[in-house]
Amino acid sequence: MRSDLEIVASWVGRGDRVLDLGCGDGRLLRHLFDRRQATGYGLEIDPEGITRSIANGVNVIESDIDEGLSDFDDNAFDQVILTQTLQAVQRPDQLLREMLRVGRTGIVTFPNFAYYRLRWHLAVKGRMPMSHALSYAWYETPNIHFCTIHDFEALCEQLSIHIIEQRVLSHDYKSPLLARWIPNLFGEVALYRICRA
Amino acid sequence: MTALADEGSVGVITPRTVDFDEPLALDSGRVLPAYTIAYETYGELNADASNAILVCHALSGNHHAAGYHHHDERKPGWWEACIGPGKPLDTNRFFVVCSNNLGGCHGSTGPTSTDPETGHLYGADFPLVTVRDWVRSQARLADHLGIERWAAVAGGSLGGMQAMQWAIDEPERLRHAVVIAAAPRLSAQNIAFNEVARQAIRSDPDFQEGRYAVTGDRPRTGLMLARMLGHITYLSEAAMGEKFGRDRRGTAGGYRYNYDVEFEVESYLRYQGQSFVDRFDANTYLLMTRALDYFDPAAGHDGDLAAALSGVTAPFFVASFTSDWRFPPAASHEIVRALLDTDKRVSYAEIRANQGHDAFLMPVPRYREVFTTYMQRVAAEVGV
Repeated sequence: MRSDLEIVASWVGRGDRVLDLGCGDGRLLRHLFDRRQATGYGLEIDPEGITRSIANGVNVIESDIDEGLSDFDDNAFDQVILTQTLQAVQRPDQLLREMLRVGRTGIVTFPNFAYYRLRWHLAVKGRMPMSHALSYAWYETPNIHFCTIHDFEALCEQLSIHIIEQRVLSHDYKSPLLARWIPNLFGEVALYRICRA
Repeated sequence: MTALADEGSVGVITPRTVDFDEPLALDSGRVLPAYTIAYETYGELNADASNAILVCHALSGNHHAAGYHHHDERKPGWWEACIGPGKPLDTNRFFVVCSNNLGGCHGSTGPTSTDPETGHLYGADFPLVTVRDWVRSQARLADHLGIERWAAVAGGSLGGMQAMQWAIDEPERLRHAVVIAAAPRLSAQNIAFNEVARQAIRSDPDFQEGRYAVTGDRPRTGLMLARMLGHITYLSEAAMGEKFGRDRRGTAGGYRYNYDVEFEVESYLRYQGQSFVDRFDANTYLLMTRALDYFDPAAGHDGDLAAALSGVTAPFFVASFTSDWRFPPAASHEIVRALLDTDKRVSYAEIRANQGHDAFLMPVPRYREVFTTYMQRVAAEVGV
């Protein structure tokens, strides 16, 4: 299990009802079902991801999260999880609102575009950055709304979203002192637990 | 047969029948004093009878779901794409059972059978049956075969509706429900198509109020028209366009300016209609379309499908096809939504395919892959 997903898992309570948006191959949900006795569903749009999620024994619904979460009632879940997908959705602000409508709390992880290596890439090389967390070339990337840690926190404030907890990881998925001191510069992956204010 | 076996066919199959003496009370209020069910099986039932899968057929289907009846049979069973060694319903692992629905015309008791009380053919006097009646009769078949609990009940279209009804009526008797290209109820448009089909049959002078067996003049034209209409609705516009376009029958010159077959698509429809007449009974067609119209598990719960599904324990696998306009993805989505609302385990795949409703019968690669993966999960669960 990647350490960012370990942190996400540690934020999920025993027996929680979870919704994993863009669940990929269902690995995180499988882990949460097995280790946390969680229940719930994954939403995924990629056919390959759906088949692999089914192989992993999770409940997966083919669905486009850009069309909202209208399949779910208010407060239907304890946790709504969005890992490494915020930057790929049409309207991150609307999705965050939807997440906290259907869920008591939300967990969001995203690549921090202000990470020093990315700044370096753009400033010195003058090319669109690529890294571990951003492994696509600009012309083929599914990511359309990059943001920085500062941007995300500003959006949360604007949407009256309360940040319960924040963690950052560097490119090797560790959490060095520098990243904790100046997360917007030294954090490559940002992880947030959020709820309605 | 070796060639067929290599291609993942179950090979040559002999249908079977079983007679039930215990009367069956039907939703209509009528009682069938005794009845016969025709069925086929593929694969081997394991020692603890845990690997059995019931396949439910669609409107004009029957119990011949896979393989061939004779070495020289031209066409295999209707779900050959999905049943056989290495296929989604893998006969190396599973024991697959497909029965002919009650009211059918291929061996199960139906309008073409003799009414034991009168000694005459039932014909139009055969009672209307419902999807719930089918579940009741299939449950007795399960008892007869020594199957306490199906590993899965699976079906497409009307067959998917039966799988859903099984999960509602007999929650303890199936581990999984596989519902493909189905709907929680027919739309008004669907009922309208059925009504046109029925009127085509009933207004044929040879229909004779359904008592055509007496004279032997069957309502061929009406049944043919009903089938032609059905065929149009099972394909998508794109699939028809791709298959026929405006291609003309014969190559010579311009239009012939008459009503004979001018376009390829006309020829296809007439062929489909005519060959259907040779193998299907008009009263059965009326009865099956009516069972479709009546299906609506939410009706007993003030239209609340989630309430109807609240007692379900089987996880569901639901699949739909993008070009299916008879039972569109939105209809399957309603089933998924209701299962989510009542907290049931469900997986859903919307498969991109341009064959229309008929896609569920075809070897669409992604359909096969996702269906196979789900059934591997079922196999792992029952340990085969």
